[in-house]
Parts: sequence; C-alpha cells; structure tokens
Amino acid sequence: MTTPLLEVRNLRKSYGALAVTDDVSLDVAPGVLHAIIGPNGAGKTTLIHQLSGSLRSNSGTAHFAGEDITRLGMAERVHRGLARSFQITSILDGFTVLENAAMAVQARSGSSFRFFTPAARETRLNDEAMAALARVRLDDRADRRAGSLSHGEKRQLEIAIALATGARLLLLDEPLAGTGHEESAVLVALMRELKSTHTVVLVEHDMEAVFALADRVSVLVYGRLIATGTPEEVRLDPEVRSAYLGEEEAA
Amino acid sequence: MSTGLSDAAATARQIDIRPVRRPLLGRQGASVAAGVIFAGLGLLPVLAWALDDPFLLVTATRLTIFAIAALSLDLVLGYGAMVSFGHAAFIGLGAYAVAILAANGIEDILLQTLAAILVSAIFALITGAISLRTKGVYFIMITLAFGQMAYFFMVSLSAYGGDDGITLANRSTLFGADVLESDLVLFYGAFGFLVLAFVGLRALVASRFGRVLRGTRDNRLRMQAIGFAPFPYQLTAYVIAGAIAGVAGVFLANQAEFVSPAYMTWQRSGELIVMVVFGGMGTLVGAIAGAIAFLLLEDWLAQFSEHWKLWLGILLVLLVLFTRGGIAGFVSRLSGGARS
Repeated sequence: MTTPLLEVRNLRKSYGALAVTDDVSLDVAPGVLHAIIGPNGAGKTTLIHQLSGSLRSNSGTAHFAGEDITRLGMAERVHRGLARSFQITSILDGFTVLENAAMAVQARSGSSFRFFTPAARETRLNDEAMAALARVRLDDRADRRAGSLSHGEKRQLEIAIALATGARLLLLDEPLAGTGHEESAVLVALMRELKSTHTVVLVEHDMEAVFALADRVSVLVYGRLIATGTPEEVRLDPEVRSAYLGEEEAA
Repeated sequence: MSTGLSDAAATARQIDIRPVRRPLLGRQGASVAAGVIFAGLGLLPVLAWALDDPFLLVTATRLTIFAIAALSLDLVLGYGAMVSFGHAAFIGLGAYAVAILAANGIEDILLQTLAAILVSAIFALITGAISLRTKGVYFIMITLAFGQMAYFFMVSLSAYGGDDGITLANRSTLFGADVLESDLVLFYGAFGFLVLAFVGLRALVASRFGRVLRGTRDNRLRMQAIGFAPFPYQLTAYVIAGAIAGVAGVFLANQAEFVSPAYMTWQRSGELIVMVVFGGMGTLVGAIAGAIAFLLLEDWLAQFSEHWKLWLGILLVLLVLFTRGGIAGFVSRLSGGARS
C-alpha cells in the first residue's frame, strides 16, 4: 500500500461535553477521491475545519506528505499544498473572477510586499489564474465581477480558487450545496476531471454524486467514523445502513 | 451544528465597515476628481493674492495638511479595514518632532521630517502590533487607548510646554535658509507632499500589497484559505499610514508655529474618521475631499451659530443615510448615473 498523502490520527474536537469530532483516524492515499458522508450534524464541516487548519483540534495529529501539520494554521497548510473550498460560498465579490483566482496564484508566487507595480497587470499571475479558470470552465467569465456570477458559477469559482493555490490535496466542503440539477451535473463532471490530477477529500450530501465519484467513502456519525471502505463496502455495511442510508430510505 | 460553525463566528467577530461592494469611482473617475481638487487647491494662493486675503492661504495650508492626514487614515480605515481611533497621535508625534528638535537647535526641515517619520513609524509598529491582536470594537478601543497614552505623555512633558504646548521661535529651515517663513512656500511644500502621497498610495493600493489588503478587507477568511496571513500586511499599512500622518504633523507645526498636546486628542482622531467617512472610505480621493469639505463646513457653519457642531452632525447623518459612500459615492452617482 502506498504511503498516505494525508494521515489523520485520533483527532478530537469538543465543545464542552459535546464531542463534535470523536477520535477520527483517516488515511487518504495520493490520487484518491475520498468522500466523507454522514447525516446532518455528524460533524463533517467541523472535521473539514480541523483538516484545513481553521479550527484547532483538542488532540490528535495530522500529517501531510509525511510532515506533521497538526499545529499549522490554514495559511501554512495551503503553502504545503492542502487547500479547501467552503460550503457557504466565500469569494471576493468585489473583485473580478480572474482576480479571485490570480490572488491565489499570487499567494504562492514570490513576495506580496511589492508596493508599486499594479498587480492586476501581472501576466504570469493572470495566465496561471486563467488556466485554473479554464479547468472549471469559467474562463469566459474572467472579466466579470465575481459577485455577479450565478450560484453554480460561484461554486465553480470556489474550486478554481482552490486549484489556483497550487494545492495537491483539495478539501471540498459540499461543493454541490444549493445547486440545481444542471449546475450539479457540471460540478460532478468537473470533479471527475480533477481526479486525474488531484487528491480530493470530498464532504458531500448528494449520495448520487458521492457514489459516482468516490474511490473510498468514510461515514461519520456523531463525530465518529463508523465505516471506511469502497463505495460498495460502505453501501452494504449494516451499521451504515441503520445509521444513515436506512434513514434516507425511510424518509 | 456542523454547518459553517467557525465561518459564522469569524464573520460575526468583524465589524462590517466595508465601504460598498463595487468600487465607488472608476480609476478614471478618481483621477478626474483628484485633478479637479488638486487644481482648485493649487490655485487657491492665486485667489488669495487676487482677493488680497492672506488668511485664505492659511486656510488652504490647513486644508492640505488635514487632507494628508485623512488620506493616510483612509489606507488604514478604507483599505485595511482597521478602525483606528488614535490616528491624531501620529500628527502630534510629527509636530513634536519639529518642536523638540527645534528647541535643541536642529531646525532643518528634512532632518525634522526624517525624525517625524521614524518616530511615527516606530510608534505605529509597536502599537499596531499589539492592537492587531484584537478585532472590531476591541481594536477601536485599544488604538484609542494608545492615542490617549501619547496625548498624556506629551501633557506631562513639562520640558516642552506640557499641557500649554510650545511656541516655535521660528519655522523650520531648509539647508539653513528660512524659505518656509513664506506662507506660499509652506503651502506648496505641503501641497507637493499631498500630491506625492496620493500618487504613491494610489499605486500602493493597486499593487500586490494593496490587493492583499483589499482582499483581506472584503473577506479575511478567504484570504487565509488561499495562504495569506493578514497580520504583516495590515501592520505594514498601519506603519505607512502612521508615517505619512507624522509628516502632516511636521507641516502643521510649521503652519501654526505652535505645538500642543491638543493636536493628538481623541476628538481629533474622531474628526479624522469623520473626514474619511464623509468623503467616502476606500477611495483615497474621497478622503481628501472629505477633509476639505469638513474643515470648510466647520468654518462656514461657525459663522452662523455657535452650535455649528449640531448642524454638522445633522449633515453627517444625512450624508451617511442617503449617500452610501460619502462625497465620492454621491459624485459617482451624479456622474455615473446608471453604472451598476
């Protein structure tokens, strides 16, 4: 078995007596799309916050490409190649689509303590940003103000920004949140393409999408991982069926 | 519970001082506005001469000096999203650099300016590094506290006049020549620095550095998620703004030929904020317009009533309510009309 790109051991996070992440251990192998599913309130987003570094864990460790990243903040993790997207769209509305992506390129391309040359005209930043936009098929929207995009396009931009950071591993937090049928079809196709170049940790509610895309699936219930395996294994796991899938069928 | 817990917390912690989602004036609009203002201001001495009204020149110099200070505050407030309530301290520090050096026999304005920049920058670096550990209301309170500390330090500095302030024996010299004794030279000195600061800051906000600053203002979490730690950028902006305000203090000391702690009271800091908001945050040219409009209104309203502050207050409320984006927003709506 290959060494995992992301290696999480015994991660915990609790608010008072409430354990939101309870002893989570997880290995994500390079090149894999690893989905994390679970019912509402299972702690999926909290786990993403912990993995991305925006929320400090109470205990446990995280290693990325062999390096201990447990104590690193979000910005430092991005520089090492671990970037996230947000469940609630978080883009720079007042900037152009291109600048949203170019900003992420800028973050890894030399010093930003440059005070006189106009950043918006830096060809190298813009070229790499365009490449990221092209991958999510937003290149024809490059000059639009990001705030004026449709919801689905904003979700695409979220992914483009994560790509533009140059990350090897993308943590996608419910990329399909709030999207309509056609929008979600576009995004699912995009993610399928991403698999060829990136390792992905995908938190998603849309079961159809998860089982279509994932190489491995972990099921999170009340902060605990109750099962990890191939989509088939997970689908047939009795504990998962009672805790999660059964609930859906019943609904 | 799992949905966006810390996203929500992060946004709630910040005060929403984002000016307006879209840029108020296009880059060209801002250039035109700045050109008009600079032409008007630069020609005021001609008007003073034609009307034989030397006081007009004094007013013009005051307008210019506070425009410099407001301009520098706009970098912090409008671009850096830092509501600094102690900005007048830097003006005072710059003014005292002149007074204290002059009292010790160093009268050259270049040396005094260098000292003013150094002192202001160091004060900004130390107080900024501490203040930026806090956010929102706490940032306002802590910058206010540092401003008051500087104020009371000067009040207690009896060797240099203490509470009463200190009168300069004469204005600063330039390479030993007393050219600044001429009000005209002093005005154009301050005016030249204003134009320089404006052009410099305009380049700065469009640069890589400025883009990070603007991005952080609009969405701090997003900037962190792509790998930017906001602290060094905000601190640097705070230091640059402090240094520029310090230079405003050098000119103020020379214009009044008097320096006192009154320059650095928190009311002065508040007035600077009003000037920036009045003119339109995050536009640079708006801060200049705001400073000029504020001071002229103050003079003008004072002629009618000793309760002029009440009228100024009412005007401010109306402006904030009806023209999101201050004077700059108002002008852009007049000229741009349907620009979405």
